[in-house]
Amino acid sequence: MQTSSPFNPVSPGAHDISTLFIVTLIVAAVIFSLVTGLVLFASYRYRQKEGEGEPPQVYGHRGLEITWTVIPGLILIFLFILTLITMHKSDPTASPGTKADLVIIAHQWWWELRYPQAGVVSANEIHIPVGKKLYTLIESADVIHSFWVPQLGRKMDAIPGHPNHIWLESDKPGLFLGTCSEYCGAQHAWMRIRVIAQPEAEYNAWLADHQKLPVFPTKGEAAKGLQVFEEQTCINCHSIAGVSSNISIGPDLTHLASRKTLGTGILDNTPAGLTRWLKNPQAVKPGINMPYMKLDDKQIKELVAFLETLK
Amino acid sequence: MSNSVPTVRNIDTISMPGEYKGLLSWVTSVDHKQIGIMYLLITLFFFLVGGVEALFIRIQLARPENTFLSPDAYNQIFTMHGTTMIFLVVMPMLIGFANYFVPLMIGARDMAFPRLNALGLWLLFFGGLILYYSFIAGGAPAAGWFSYAPLSEKVYSTTTGMDYWALGLLGIGVGTVASAINLVVTIIKYRTKGMSLKRLPLFVWMVLVNGFVILFAMPPLNAALVMLLVDRLLNASFFTVTTGGSPILWQHYFWAFGHPEVYIMILPAWGIISEVIPVFSRKPIFGYEFVAGSSVAIGLLSFAVYAHHMFTVGLGHPFNTAFAFASMTIAVPTGIKVFNWIATMWGGRIRFTTSMMYAASFLILFTIGGLSGISFAVVPVDWQVTDTYYVVAHFHYVLFGGTLFAIFAGIYYWFPKMTGRLLSEKLGKLHFWLTFIGFNMTFFIQHILGLIGMPRRVYTYPNLPGWGSMNMISTIGAFILAISVLVFLWNLIVSFRSGKPAGDNPWEAWTLEWATSSPPPPHNFEKIPLVRSRRPLWDLKHPEDPDWKHES
Repeated sequence: MQTSSPFNPVSPGAHDISTLFIVTLIVAAVIFSLVTGLVLFASYRYRQKEGEGEPPQVYGHRGLEITWTVIPGLILIFLFILTLITMHKSDPTASPGTKADLVIIAHQWWWELRYPQAGVVSANEIHIPVGKKLYTLIESADVIHSFWVPQLGRKMDAIPGHPNHIWLESDKPGLFLGTCSEYCGAQHAWMRIRVIAQPEAEYNAWLADHQKLPVFPTKGEAAKGLQVFEEQTCINCHSIAGVSSNISIGPDLTHLASRKTLGTGILDNTPAGLTRWLKNPQAVKPGINMPYMKLDDKQIKELVAFLETLK
Repeated sequence: MSNSVPTVRNIDTISMPGEYKGLLSWVTSVDHKQIGIMYLLITLFFFLVGGVEALFIRIQLARPENTFLSPDAYNQIFTMHGTTMIFLVVMPMLIGFANYFVPLMIGARDMAFPRLNALGLWLLFFGGLILYYSFIAGGAPAAGWFSYAPLSEKVYSTTTGMDYWALGLLGIGVGTVASAINLVVTIIKYRTKGMSLKRLPLFVWMVLVNGFVILFAMPPLNAALVMLLVDRLLNASFFTVTTGGSPILWQHYFWAFGHPEVYIMILPAWGIISEVIPVFSRKPIFGYEFVAGSSVAIGLLSFAVYAHHMFTVGLGHPFNTAFAFASMTIAVPTGIKVFNWIATMWGGRIRFTTSMMYAASFLILFTIGGLSGISFAVVPVDWQVTDTYYVVAHFHYVLFGGTLFAIFAGIYYWFPKMTGRLLSEKLGKLHFWLTFIGFNMTFFIQHILGLIGMPRRVYTYPNLPGWGSMNMISTIGAFILAISVLVFLWNLIVSFRSGKPAGDNPWEAWTLEWATSSPPPPHNFEKIPLVRSRRPLWDLKHPEDPDWKHES
């Protein structure tokens, strides 16, 4: 996996920004070398030597002043023009009435994902088709967050009462990491983003899988786990299609077992990880909204068995 | 007023404790020099507190998934670090210098309003105490130094920390406005005969511009703090969206203050650099009018650039375009200054005292901070780097590599005037090199951390390739910086007690503060020299080639 840096762009918009960034850095490097060179040269050449008196007193030079006003001015006009071009190119304005392909709703401290046209709901791990621009709304359910996946392009704040949009797109398949980048409280650090770009067929298969209800267990430990889920108030905050729906206080769990991480990136999604999480989420990720449920070991084992069936 | 024979004042015949007796003479003082020194001591104390907070931050971040601090404790400490360094260290430290030196440099006996001056100081002190009382009262604020709503609202910040934050800053904010009024009036009304605005020392020029910037920048913050308090304590809803308010409104208020604030924290520092570089290069400042004029331009433009902090808010391309243009424009007058300072060194006879070493390295470090700043005006690049460690690196290059290096240059330059004794150059050079190495080691690498995806304000981070080792390097740098601060404190103490006597004018400088004894008497001057140019003491020493012949 490549470093998740703006310099490893995988979308047209991110490419444009990367190029502009490199131009900016080259301009900066030239100016930096000039200034540092002059300071070091002057420091060496004009240091006071033993027995020297006062140097000739020079008060200024209008021509020089104008030169070093005009040249930086021209450089900045050049950068400003590039800025305008790249700004519109990498983040084109949407025509009014564009339908959202994806709605990302930031919560303290996880991402709710809705694909309104496919009717799919998920959390934290975003699947997108390669080579297609998804018109993506960025919203917030509580405080201000910011959606940022460096390789895919610009970041955009998620602000309550102020829906924003971005174009989410990838040139090639792969896993691209991102993170919330506006400080949003206690667990801002663990509000990671995983974007999985897939070839269109694979993506459609993923969508189709997620449109289906999971097959609910009818016997054994897993079936008891479902009962625990319903009886121990888990159901008040988490949706599982077919069991409860349209609740988004906590992440949707309908296809939890198909995800790679738990707690928005803090744990791997394994039976061991899930057990640790259920034992006391406050010990894993202090400050989150999920309380310590005081489940006993048997209940946890049953719940894990149940949740593992939610492929 | 002193009873001693005025003409033989020096460190051996008179010392500050002799003139300013006992604690009471300090806490009741309305003397601008005592107030200036108290500003410097209070801010030095908070600098140490903020520095310890920085070490806590760096220990926690030294390796991935570290558990040295709990998330909540970390969030409180980074909030207090930022708030302390900005409101209780950098801004008031510069005001402290201005308090001490502006009246001396313009040949005045004191500030225009001595009691108001004391009020400003004590509002700062008690504002700081209120802020820190939050730790005892149930938890410090933890919403970051810009306390974005609605995170800072009662629903999401349930402890009283935010209330103490707002109250403390309100006190400091009102005190700062008082200081600014005082400085502006003093500079406009109390200049000695011959000290026209065209002959003002550049430090005074920058303080004057700074005074105006403060007057227009602090009120939005003070107003917003009151609104936040009303929201939190009286259940109003200025900044909560569910009851009709707007969280973005807070951002407009805050940055309408917050960006001019950046210039409030750098203008007087530029003033110090504009005093130190000429004196140690033995030449007048190159292009006085351009340095002064560009500061006025910056003062005005500083109000037109604030929303470059808001390019990811989603306010639309036309909005972003306007603020990108203004933000690029402000780079020009800033760049002019750097070239003027270099031109001042050019052809000089540079004396590399500790003060000059800090000033010369300021030029390079501030340039790095300025150049990385351009990336935020380039809107699409800002979309990538804002709120990452790249920003943290950037503003530490501006505020530490820039302002703090200038402050150190100023301390080594003016300590002899304030105490009558020189700081040790030997310890000073050690201090300089430790600071220079520690600073660059701590902060340069943070640019790269930001560029590989590390957001700012995280209490920990996943173990991604390179993140752990780069953070460790940064932490080691921070400890080198901590050692440099200890060397500095040691230098202050030993030099204050037994440093070499300075005499009136140890650096052969040219401005009026060097025309009186070190330390100056309570009434500042026995006799104020005639001011006929920007460098009155040069004219005295070189009657054959005085400056006024060269100035129009």
